[in-house]
Amino acid sequence: MIEFRGVTKRFPDGTVAVDGLDLTVDAGRITVFVGPSGCGKTTSLRMINRMIAPTEGTVTVDGRDVMSGDAADLRRGIGYVIQQAGLFPHKTIRDNIATVPLLLGWSKRRARARADELMEVVGLAPEMAARYPAQLSGGQQQRVGVARALAADPPVLLMDEPFSAVDPVVRESLQEELLRLQGELGKTIVFVTHDIDEAVKLGDKVAVFRTGGVLAQYDEPGVLLDRPADGFVDGFVGRDRGYRKLGFLSDELPLAELPTVRVGESAPDGWSLVVDPEGRPLGWVQGGGSVEEATVVPGGSLYEVGSGSLRSALDAALSSPSGRGVAVDGDGRVAGALSADDVLRALAASRADEAA
Amino acid sequence: MNALFSWLADPAHWSGSAGIPARLVEHLWYSVLALALGAVVALPIGALVGHGRRGGFLIVGSANGMRALPELGLLTLLVLLMGIGLLPVTLALAVLAIPPLLAGTYSGVRNVDPGAVDAARGMGMREWQVLFKVELPNALPLILGGLRGAALQVIATAAVAAYVSFGGLGRFLIDGLRTRDYPQMAAGAVLVAVLALVVEGLLALLQRAVVSPGLRGGGRRSPTATVGRPAPAPANPEPVPVREPAGAEP
Ligand SMILES: Nc1ncnc2c1ncn2[C@@H]1O[C@H](COP(=O)(O)OP(=O)(O)OP(=O)(O)O)[C@@H](O)[C@H]1O
Ligand SMILES: [Mg+2]
Repeated sequence: MIEFRGVTKRFPDGTVAVDGLDLTVDAGRITVFVGPSGCGKTTSLRMINRMIAPTEGTVTVDGRDVMSGDAADLRRGIGYVIQQAGLFPHKTIRDNIATVPLLLGWSKRRARARADELMEVVGLAPEMAARYPAQLSGGQQQRVGVARALAADPPVLLMDEPFSAVDPVVRESLQEELLRLQGELGKTIVFVTHDIDEAVKLGDKVAVFRTGGVLAQYDEPGVLLDRPADGFVDGFVGRDRGYRKLGFLSDELPLAELPTVRVGESAPDGWSLVVDPEGRPLGWVQGGGSVEEATVVPGGSLYEVGSGSLRSALDAALSSPSGRGVAVDGDGRVAGALSADDVLRALAASRADEAA
Repeated sequence: MNALFSWLADPAHWSGSAGIPARLVEHLWYSVLALALGAVVALPIGALVGHGRRGGFLIVGSANGMRALPELGLLTLLVLLMGIGLLPVTLALAVLAIPPLLAGTYSGVRNVDPGAVDAARGMGMREWQVLFKVELPNALPLILGGLRGAALQVIATAAVAAYVSFGGLGRFLIDGLRTRDYPQMAAGAVLVAVLALVVEGLLALLQRAVVSPGLRGGGRRSPTATVGRPAPAPANPEPVPVREPAGAEP
């Protein structure tokens, strides 16, 4: 558990970057600091590992004031991932990852074995181990940055805009990966971003900062989108917040029967879903007659039953050429169909539940 | 030309304490001493000032000031003060070696990717570890560039030792001039040039051997502007201003 108690940071030039911050970061959860540029997110984060010393107040990690004791020792017990990865250009990927274990006095062999293990955990191919950072893509470098922070298995992980330098597709996959990892590791993660979408996607709790280093609201993402504390938060979470909020509702949706055809079979009139021999969706065909591979129209996004949210269900319905969203099971086999109306009805039902 | 070759081919010039091998060894010896002395002064200062990331103007200013000193005048002054000997010669040559070594070390350390330095500190390296494990290895291409520049200058200038009645390849130049033995003078000049080139080549090999492959710029991209292949001898590598990470407070 990390606690900020009355923390203020005033830089020598008089800038107040953080102003009277009181905040408790729950152990084992992801807490996101979000806010516009210059609102003190990085400064707050860096006071946790004492890269910046507070001017007033105390920051404690597991009850211990971070300013007591030795700074280097404190930092070795806290994973730290920075924006541009900050990898050491002169070291191989394996040696980059092994940095903290070696600082802690592990043997070279053990540290390197640990590095190889972590490369697998973050999804890097083993042949990357002997490469140098300059030979990796931005997304791969970010993975190395995360692996390096995890190497000594610290209970706390600080991440400062770790995914902001990569393209949206890679960012999304890195986010998914982080959530999967966190499911296994259960670290206390403090994650800084200026992207509200990233914040509500990753955060168990989200702290919204306003310029001047003042905490505007600290809540679970669903609450944040539902009940912004004031006009600033309202403006910051943006116009799409109703749509974003769908991401936090995952009621069971009633699935309609969805007739499917295979390549070579004859399709009925109207839109039909084409599936492969295992029952996985291939795309849609319109009109009757024999189904040819060439006439299959690519389908929209898929809604995975159980793991999906109403947001992905609605997207499946809206992006499907036939207007019927395809729901799949965990193995990717077609489970049924859903329409935008179904999603909206489920939304209305959950509203009613909440009101009750 | 022919006179030069026959002078060089004369076996009498290749033996004894005034022969080419002996003069070559003397020349190298003064040069190595001067470079070592220069490095002892320049490396720690350049590394510490670069590590602290401020006070760079002092480095650039004093390096430029030393470059402006007239070498011959300095040597004469030192000999007048100390008498003829190895010490004034070494000192005068070391003054030449210091500016390129100082500038190379300072800008090498100063220009290491601030993200890497910040990460090093954030992961729990102590200041000396940041310097020795991250900054110096990454600065190596520029430090060695400075060394090559210094070696070239010192070897070329070590001939002035003969001007104050000391040894080295400069003897052939001075003695040749005095006795109007032009082939001997030309041979002296050629030998100095050849020695400088050979040493330059050896240092280039050394650089290949000790600089991390990650810094050779052979990869697809260089993460920072300065890790690419360095110029062989930066005459005056000015520090490039780099953005500090937010709230850099060691
Ligand atoms: N070392 C410093 N000296 C003076 N002012 C600083 C220093 N570091 C940061 N600041 C100022 O403190 C404020 C907060 O900076 P901080 O880096 O914490 O913002 P941030 O929320 O992380 O912004 P961004 O999203 O742009 O990274 C800014 O106004 C910044 O200019
Ligand atoms: Mg920041």
